[in-house]
Amino acid sequence: MSNSTYALTKSQGFGLAKTSEPPRPVAALLLFLLGALCIICGCSSASEPVSRPLCLAGSTSVQPFAEKLAEIYMHRHPGARVDVQGGGSSAGIYAATHGAADLGASSRELLGEEKKLVEIPIAYDGIAVIVHPSNPLTNISLADIRKIFSGQETNWQALGLPSHPIDLITREEGSGTREAFEHLVMAKGEITPAALVQDSNGSVREIVAGDPHSIGYISAGLVDHRVKGLAIDGVLPTRDNIKNHTYKLVRRFLLVARAAPTGSCQAFVDFVLGPDGQKILETEGLVGVK
Amino acid sequence: MQREKFIERVLLLLALSSIGSLALITIFIFLEGFPLILSVGLKDFIFSSHWAPTKGHFGILAMIISSILVTIGAMVIGVPLGLSCAIVLAEFSPKRLKMVLKPTLELLAGIPSVVYGFLGVVWLVPLIRNYLGGPGLSLLAASIILGIMILPTIISISIDALTAVPDLYRDGSLALGATRWQTVSRVVLPAASSGIITAIILGMGRAIGETMAVIMVAGNALKIPTSVLDPVRTLTSNIALELGYAAGRHREALFATGIVLFIIIMILNLSATLVTRRR
Repeated sequence: MSNSTYALTKSQGFGLAKTSEPPRPVAALLLFLLGALCIICGCSSASEPVSRPLCLAGSTSVQPFAEKLAEIYMHRHPGARVDVQGGGSSAGIYAATHGAADLGASSRELLGEEKKLVEIPIAYDGIAVIVHPSNPLTNISLADIRKIFSGQETNWQALGLPSHPIDLITREEGSGTREAFEHLVMAKGEITPAALVQDSNGSVREIVAGDPHSIGYISAGLVDHRVKGLAIDGVLPTRDNIKNHTYKLVRRFLLVARAAPTGSCQAFVDFVLGPDGQKILETEGLVGVK
Repeated sequence: MQREKFIERVLLLLALSSIGSLALITIFIFLEGFPLILSVGLKDFIFSSHWAPTKGHFGILAMIISSILVTIGAMVIGVPLGLSCAIVLAEFSPKRLKMVLKPTLELLAGIPSVVYGFLGVVWLVPLIRNYLGGPGLSLLAASIILGIMILPTIISISIDALTAVPDLYRDGSLALGATRWQTVSRVVLPAASSGIITAIILGMGRAIGETMAVIMVAGNALKIPTSVLDPVRTLTSNIALELGYAAGRHREALFATGIVLFIIIMILNLSATLVTRRR
């Protein structure tokens, strides 16, 4: 094998030495064209500053909603461009702080130093505790959730179901959803290290949909027919219950920026907070702030 | 002549730039991660298994153990399979079969790891969950997937080592009345042993460094596993899982995890080089 690679590189080398020299005029022409292209590009970008794409990065919980908003915004404003990237809440906040993104998206509250940023709440999101549809459980108490996720209860028997170990699924350390869940459910306690860890709402949902003995938590807007959202202390994670705050596990979705948004950035934020943007968020399963 | 020199220089520069990027990566990882190891203390970093970086606990013992166990598991599955495959292809199969099988096996290396992971999640994990118990996402699932993923590395390097053994050895052994299997097991394999050990070590390096497929099938729990059906988190998965959301000391801790991984892989590669040189 090594012999054949050697032969290959050697023959390529000779080929290069024999034929590589391009006729000089062609090279000059290429250089000239390249230069011309640069000048043309330079001119056009200088005369149309509006066409610079707006960059929004951050929380993977916010991402699908932000993509939808961006898509409709761009459809209504031809010429405007909004690039939406994931990366996570902390990455989004970091990007916004350092100017790598115009707007950061966060599904957790700002902490410490980060509070210097401008925060724009765009929606409320419930966190649904989900189980497999075949699980007979429909209601669970906040105390039981805490016991299960802290590792005190490890068997479904404790909730009156047939005896089987609970497959516990959580999000990774640093995730906005996990942080909100810890804050709202766990009080001072920690989630047990025996829990399975998945790095997105989607993969938590995927696993719960496939494992009849599992329990996990995801953004309420992403619950679909493959999993069952449990009522907590008798309250289902429906939009009305999240809006009037009777459902207990609710967090805010934020956009953050280094300074108060201006220009195309402000136009986009206005769109998101305006009736149209809020309506889109509502139809996508979130609860608007207005 | 002038041209010759010029091309030599350019090639030298390109070669140096690849070494330069390795140096830059090394420096960067150490600069980002070392301060945390210093402030936490090497002992608390490596010998504690309490990992809660947003609450100030940075112990990676469980992940080091898991990484080692997953790698051993992959070896247990991949080495016998890969080695027997290589022996059959190099010693016992007709040329035409070899011409078909070897490229096919090398195709395995071209399949993206996310595809292996996906197959693991939709096919292997439910099998384990239904027939063996536990959540399915487990040490066992990761070992099986990795065992398959390292096959091309082990097979192709082992075949090269086996075919490098001169026919003189085989002829001599057969002339003395040994059977073909005796020839392979007593003469050819020992003669190719350093190449085969290199293949195994490089396979180990591949297994310990694999990330995507492992994240998808290993379950990523932070506990030290007590059974092959327990979910585990490896060093690589830890970095890839949490980097997206990490900031401040949490981010440093992930780079520090990278340092540990870097050192383990360097040791593996160095030992592979040493073994090959001894030949």
